[in-house]
Parts: sequence; C-alpha cells; structure tokens
Amino acid sequence: MSIITPAIGPALIGGAMIGLVCGTMWLLHGRVAGIAGIARLALQGPDRVWRLWFLAGLILAGLIARLAWPHELAAGYASLGLVQLIVAGALVGTGTALANGCTSGHGICGLARLSARSLVAVVTFMAVAAITASLVAAVA
Amino acid sequence: MKPVSALFAGLIFGLGLLISGMADPARVLAFLTPLQGWDPALAFVMGGALAVAVPLFALARRRGKALDGGILPDLPRHGVNRALVGGSILFGLGWGLAGICPGPGIVGLALHPMPALAFLVPMAIGLVLGQPRKERAAAKKIH
Repeated sequence: MSIITPAIGPALIGGAMIGLVCGTMWLLHGRVAGIAGIARLALQGPDRVWRLWFLAGLILAGLIARLAWPHELAAGYASLGLVQLIVAGALVGTGTALANGCTSGHGICGLARLSARSLVAVVTFMAVAAITASLVAAVA
Repeated sequence: MKPVSALFAGLIFGLGLLISGMADPARVLAFLTPLQGWDPALAFVMGGALAVAVPLFALARRRGKALDGGILPDLPRHGVNRALVGGSILFGLGWGLAGICPGPGIVGLALHPMPALAFLVPMAIGLVLGQPRKERAAAKKIH
C-alpha cells in the first residue's frame, strides 16, 4: 500500500490553513486557537464574545460547504448511531476539559509551543483513539 | 480579539477542517485504523498545520510578547499530571469511538445538525463539568 494518495494535497492545504490561524492568533493576540478551550470558555467565560464569534465562523464554514461545495465533505456522520454519538461527545468533552486541550489545542498550538505536556497528551490520545477505532471496526 | 477577526479566524479554521478531510468522521476513522484499510492522508493535516504554525510561534517566542502588545501566557507550571493523561485517555476513547473531535463537531452542526447536536450537547456538558476543580479555582483567581 502506498502512503502517497491524492488526498494528501488537500490534507496539507487544509492543515496549513488551520496552522495559519493558530500561529497568527498566538503571534498577534497571545490567544490559543484550541477549539475545546474556546468552546468551554464561550460557555463559562471570561471573554465570551470573541470566542462565540470564532465558533460562529466554524459554523459559517459548514454552511458554505453545504451550499457551495460540489460534494459532501462530512458524509461519515450518516453512519454513526445515536448512542455512539452521545457517548463519544461526553467522553470528548470531559476528556478535553480534564486534559485542557484537544487535537488543535495540544496537537497544533501546544506542539508549536514546544510543550512537553502537549506531546504527552498527543501521543496518549492518538494511541487510545487508534486502539478504540480499530476495536470498534473489528466488532462492527 | 475583535468580533470580525474572530469570525474570520473561525471561518478559515473551519474551511481548513473541511478541505483537509478532518470534518468527515469516516475519513478520521479510516486514519485511526492502521490495520484495517489505513488512509494515512490525515497525518498530513497535522504536518501542514505545524509547518506553518511552528515558525509563527517561534517568532512570537523571540519577540516575548504579542504584536498587539499583550502578554503571551505562560505554559501551566504543573508538568505532566494525572488530569492530563487521564483526560487524554478519555478524549482518545471518544475520538476513536465516533471520529469526531471538537472542531469538526461544531462545523458538522451546519452539515448534519441532528447527529452533530447528539454529539455536541453531551460534549458541552462534559466541557463544563470535566475541568479539574483545582484548575477551575486557579482560573477564577487569574481573571
């Protein structure tokens, strides 16, 4: 199996856009563009306003994709069960609050800040996610 | 941050998630199953993001403060602790179960509202209740 696939170009470009937002928000404003943290503080405060606008931007991106994209970019939602979604959501919310970061907060901002805590978090959640997804796929 | 800058930042971030494939749980699960028809492409999302973010963070580190004159917050003083490892294990379980992390879940609200809400409501409850009590107290003191 080749590791070089046509999906790599879009993955790099989309990734660069995410990295640009993370790097710019830190350089300009000293803000960490970690989505779990932004969502938590948008709910709890302080400084809720800009965080709510950031989340609105995420939803706007989804709306643009829905109206303007030639093909479905989130098709996988259709094959997830209700219980699976609820349990996954509770685990993701609780886990990222406890660990103080998610894929973007630890995986991009934290690693770019050379944080040892983030490196431990990323290795841990990647390994656990791969084992979990592989077990679910084997059972299903 | 001004509302318009925050909206624009979220928009670019969200489009990045969609273009890269991260917003599709099926693609994420294909990336997380290395022994069952592995799709390695999503590794390049983090690669592309770090290639751009690392130099910008390095520049900020050299300046010592943000360009708007504000402070660059320090990393937490406590190092690797149980909350970090335990929380990351819980997050990994949830991410591996459905292939959705927080950003793609919120972007998904516009594309598949009902399944996205079934994920996001428990996520929001977990975010509010899950924070370690000590850090919650410390955060209150700072602000």
